[in-house]
Amino acid sequence: MARIDLDHIRHSYLANPVNDEDFALKEVHHAFDDGGAYALLGPSGCGKTSLLNIISGLVQPSRGRILFDGADVTQLSTERRNIAQVFQFPVIYDTMTVYDNLAFPLRNRGVPEADISRRVNETLEIIGLAERAQKRARGLTADQKQKISLGRGLVRSDVNAILFDEPLTVIDPHMKWQLRSQLKELHKRFGYTMVYVTHDQTEALTFADTVVVMYEGEIVQIGTPAELFERPSHTFVGYFIGSPGMNVLPVTLDGAIARLGSHTIVLPGAATSEARARTELGIRPEYVRIGSEGLPMQVRAVEDIGRHKIVRGSIEGCELAAIVLEGNEIPADPHASFDPRGINIYANSWRQELRA
Amino acid sequence: MERTYNNKAWFLVLPVLVLVAFSAIIPLMTVVNYSVQDTFGNNQFFWAGLDWFQDVLESNRFWNALGRNLIFSAIILAIEIPLGIYIALNMPKKGWGVPVCLVLMALPLLIPWNVVGTIWQVFGRVDIGLLGRTLAAAGIDYNYVQDPVDAWLTIIVMDVWHWTSLVVLLCYAGLVSIPDAYYQAARIDGASRWSVFRFIQLPKMGRVLLIAVLLRFMDSFMIYTEPFVVTGGGPGNETTFLSIDLVKMAIGQFDVGPAAAMSLVYFLIVLSLSWVFYTVMTNQGQEKGK
Repeated sequence: MARIDLDHIRHSYLANPVNDEDFALKEVHHAFDDGGAYALLGPSGCGKTSLLNIISGLVQPSRGRILFDGADVTQLSTERRNIAQVFQFPVIYDTMTVYDNLAFPLRNRGVPEADISRRVNETLEIIGLAERAQKRARGLTADQKQKISLGRGLVRSDVNAILFDEPLTVIDPHMKWQLRSQLKELHKRFGYTMVYVTHDQTEALTFADTVVVMYEGEIVQIGTPAELFERPSHTFVGYFIGSPGMNVLPVTLDGAIARLGSHTIVLPGAATSEARARTELGIRPEYVRIGSEGLPMQVRAVEDIGRHKIVRGSIEGCELAAIVLEGNEIPADPHASFDPRGINIYANSWRQELRA
Repeated sequence: MERTYNNKAWFLVLPVLVLVAFSAIIPLMTVVNYSVQDTFGNNQFFWAGLDWFQDVLESNRFWNALGRNLIFSAIILAIEIPLGIYIALNMPKKGWGVPVCLVLMALPLLIPWNVVGTIWQVFGRVDIGLLGRTLAAAGIDYNYVQDPVDAWLTIIVMDVWHWTSLVVLLCYAGLVSIPDAYYQAARIDGASRWSVFRFIQLPKMGRVLLIAVLLRFMDSFMIYTEPFVVTGGGPGNETTFLSIDLVKMAIGQFDVGPAAAMSLVYFLIVLSLSWVFYTVMTNQGQEKGK
């Protein structure tokens, strides 16, 4: 296991990148701690898979260095970096047995057959395919195949990290939960450094201790699931995480007061921002209260999704969603008020600290 | 809900049945008809029973032609399949080279059989052909008209030139359908170039390779036009394959009865050998699947 440092990594798929727009990865400077479980979360095309392939060595970054435990591995081949990677679609060697699939990476590295047997049998126990060891890999289900992909990484006891590239895409929903909890279990038991790429927030938030949110080729926030939820540092994180996403309202700031059209909202603290910055107020639907006080709201639709209702409407022409618990009535003349704990202020899409 | 059965629906398949009847069943039955009768012209036919079949199966001419055919097909498969795989593996996967290679590969396939034969017939001639003259100038004794080995070499090289492309294109189609992740995983697993071929590329090409083997076998086993144009079955009968012999018998000698019997035997051989190829190759895949 190793600590992975990404030292000012930039990557472009063009031969001679000049502008920021030419880079698929604008600049990533980040460290993955030894034994941590990380999720790289972001929409399609945000550069998360590129970043993963740079770590594994399948892609050479245009700029910057990668260090494993302080040693520069930027120029090392994938094989020499000693990482494991599980891909979106299960990769198995069809014509081999399950056992041979797992033994393959060891045989390629010239490990003695006795050690191979011991390691493979251990790994088969871990991934729960011991009774299928002598079966051909071709006839297995998607989740079993994905376990083989994973097993080919686990079988090497010295892997520096295990990388996952949306590994549950082709897995049936009921198996997803099971596989994900098994991955977490593995992480707890063996302390692998794991990096998990996904565009699914549920997967990211349940798998990882630390979630790295990427957007348009850069990291916009690194934090625990709770931090991402409570204090999104970029409006994109607010939109992307949570269902429905955070409400973002254009406001003008005046000390501890935000103005939305003709209405004023009292902030928990004073915000400072550059004079010409575009300022917005972010509030999650969970922190919007519907009642008879606050800002007048036009309600457009109410979606009942079981334990709570989602109220969709607008204030001063701006879209607003609110979550109302079961049993709370929506008055005939609804007003929305914001819980101060849930208010975040953004200048040019980045979160600003409020001074008390 | 109650189902209604309406047998009039069978009329819907009638057009297809009529087409198939005229294009396949009736001609085949005509052949069957000829094979059990004898004629002395004037459209008079006499029942001959299985005599013609007996004649065919007892004639050396038939067994020799069949033997030559089997050897020819075996040589063709042994050259074209590995060569086709090798070329496909070395074709570019992206960039401007792809269309160039594909067009180059498709060119021989677009040339009509008899034109291919004519090209090689002229190409190999010792008096005016580029190949023939060049070999003669190099001091090599080459004459496909007189030397059986040269005749065989010429038609084999010709067939390889004409049909390897088909194998290449089929294999290439199989290769490009392999997702990148397989190659990436192989790199992570530290697989050698040979392992990548043996455990990823070859299994993934399996299906198209089956089609390639079947097509090339059937085609080479039924080959007629090109060797006929180049050697006319000679020198002697050295390159007389079943189809050439059959045409000689049916049209040259107008022995309709024996020719019909031979056609049916020929047809059954092609059918059963194809079936053997198919079952052997798919069974192999099945066993691996379990």
